[in-house]
Amino acid sequence: MRKLSWRKPSPSPSPSKGEATHVPQGYVTFVRTRPENNSTNRLQNSSTLPWPMQLAVPVASLITFGIHLLLSKQSPPLETHSYMLLFWEILGVSIVLAIAQSFWSALRQWMRHMWPIFAAAILLLGIWDVITLGFHLLPLPYFPGPAAVLRSLISDRALLLDSTWHSLVLLLSGYTLGVLVGLVSGVCIGWSTSVRYWGMPLLKVVGPIPATAWIPLAMVVSPSAIASAAGLIALAVWFPVTMLTASGISNTRASYLDVARTLGAGRAYLIFRVAIPAAVPNIFIGLFMGLGASFLTLVVAESIGVKSGLGWYVSWAQGWAEYGKVFAALIIMAAFFSTLMTLLFKIRDRLLVWQKGIIKW
Amino acid sequence: MVAVAETEPSSLRVQDVSKSFPAPDDPLTRRQALSNISLSIAPGELVSLIGPSGCGKSSLLRLIAGLDSPDSGELLIGSDPIHEPSAERGLVFQDPNLFPWLSVRRNIEAGLVARRVLREKRNEVDEFMRLVGLEAFADAYPHHLSGGMAQRVAVARALINHPKVLLLDEPLGALDAFTRMRLQDEVLRLWENRRTTMLLVTHDIDEAIYMSDRIMIMTQRPGRIDRDITNALARPRDRSSSEFLRLRSDILELLHFAGDATSLSA
Repeated sequence: MRKLSWRKPSPSPSPSKGEATHVPQGYVTFVRTRPENNSTNRLQNSSTLPWPMQLAVPVASLITFGIHLLLSKQSPPLETHSYMLLFWEILGVSIVLAIAQSFWSALRQWMRHMWPIFAAAILLLGIWDVITLGFHLLPLPYFPGPAAVLRSLISDRALLLDSTWHSLVLLLSGYTLGVLVGLVSGVCIGWSTSVRYWGMPLLKVVGPIPATAWIPLAMVVSPSAIASAAGLIALAVWFPVTMLTASGISNTRASYLDVARTLGAGRAYLIFRVAIPAAVPNIFIGLFMGLGASFLTLVVAESIGVKSGLGWYVSWAQGWAEYGKVFAALIIMAAFFSTLMTLLFKIRDRLLVWQKGIIKW
Repeated sequence: MVAVAETEPSSLRVQDVSKSFPAPDDPLTRRQALSNISLSIAPGELVSLIGPSGCGKSSLLRLIAGLDSPDSGELLIGSDPIHEPSAERGLVFQDPNLFPWLSVRRNIEAGLVARRVLREKRNEVDEFMRLVGLEAFADAYPHHLSGGMAQRVAVARALINHPKVLLLDEPLGALDAFTRMRLQDEVLRLWENRRTTMLLVTHDIDEAIYMSDRIMIMTQRPGRIDRDITNALARPRDRSSSEFLRLRSDILELLHFAGDATSLSA
């Protein structure tokens, strides 16, 4: 009986002594990797940014600023005061931040991450200036330089702000409607076989039609252009949300449902506490696809029927050949849409903490 | 500890149950998974079911859980026929199947939420987390847990409903040998404290001998119960005692013998 005691899980002192010759080797490699980790940590947590990185933004803005000064002397007099002011501001802020980062580590982390991108963006403005104002490589009325765009942005700010607001209201009302209807129809199609039988063919036939293709019909049917645009956006969002929700729900692991049933779960628990949470990663893919589709539909609807919003502003400015304003509106659209995307990413990260480390996209 | 099952009859009876499934390669022919199975388990008994893989052990467990229904025969808890899943028959799979979107605490609570009794029984959640030694991991998500910890959560989640019968489908099959032995002791401790009737499906003969009062050996295709061995070894059992090893070699012999017999008769 005692002879067999080596099979027991509790380690007796003698065998562990016997293994001791092997153990240190493992520890040696472990210890050897530690200093490397520490050295990278030291680099990350050092009390100041490296000089090249601190200087990146001020230098980039000085270069771009210099380019602009040179070019604006050659070309016909332009009102570039605001553009100059912008550079003084960038220069000032970047110097203040370069000083502040040595006291504030969160700011330093952020700058380490963002500064190279900012510097590149500022240099890009300089290149844009060279191409347009410097060498006239692009036909002029259509491609104004950055200073002219900034001027339009500032001079027309009231109308731009108003347009952005209208776009936001229209987009959010259409998106919310589409998401709500899409979630309900997706859950029904995913859960119930009879709803899937009748609903899936409809989804497969109607869904792939681009929402913008309905515009002629929508204009006839609905009394108000805004309402029909909201409806079209909702339609564009509804399809991907329904599709992905349905597939997420119907692909819920059967064993989760089995476990829940043996825990005494009724239908409501199975749907709302098992199938829907299990489908959330899929649902978010649908939400992202829907958001992209909603941007497209919004801009098209605004430039065709609706008499407000950024899409309308772009085509209106184009009508007056004010391409500075077109670019100004495009810049605002970029900021507007990417902010909404980022917001959705943030919501997803909050809701899917349980997935952290499982999926990355 | 908590005397729940004592007053109610929790004996489990399976009478002449047969079950067939469509063959995976040809949906028109059905393959007999279980053929006229009968067994009965007394209240508080811990019974193991062993046999070669594919002999229908898991199918039988799903029938008892109520997740499937038999082609013929009857399944009873006390005198109530089983026809749907219920919280009185807990089930633990080989894969812990924790809900990955819920923290450890919320996973353990799941049964109470499902039965809408969380408010009255919230204090039991702490008791069960202590019972399986996971208080420190209350807010961790399942993908942070090791296999052994996850399976502890799964057992606690099944036990919080105070099931009359706990069905264990190779619950420790995916764990390493040391974790498995430790968890065997933990399940035994829970069983000794609570005297929940347990039916353990396993293909680990040592586990069956170490843990159960009775060992049923199943044969393959169609599955039926071949032997029913009473295991009278005194608890706590010593895995290296001569009686243990003798019973082990007897069962090994029986399994070989059983295998030969079916192939001859087929």
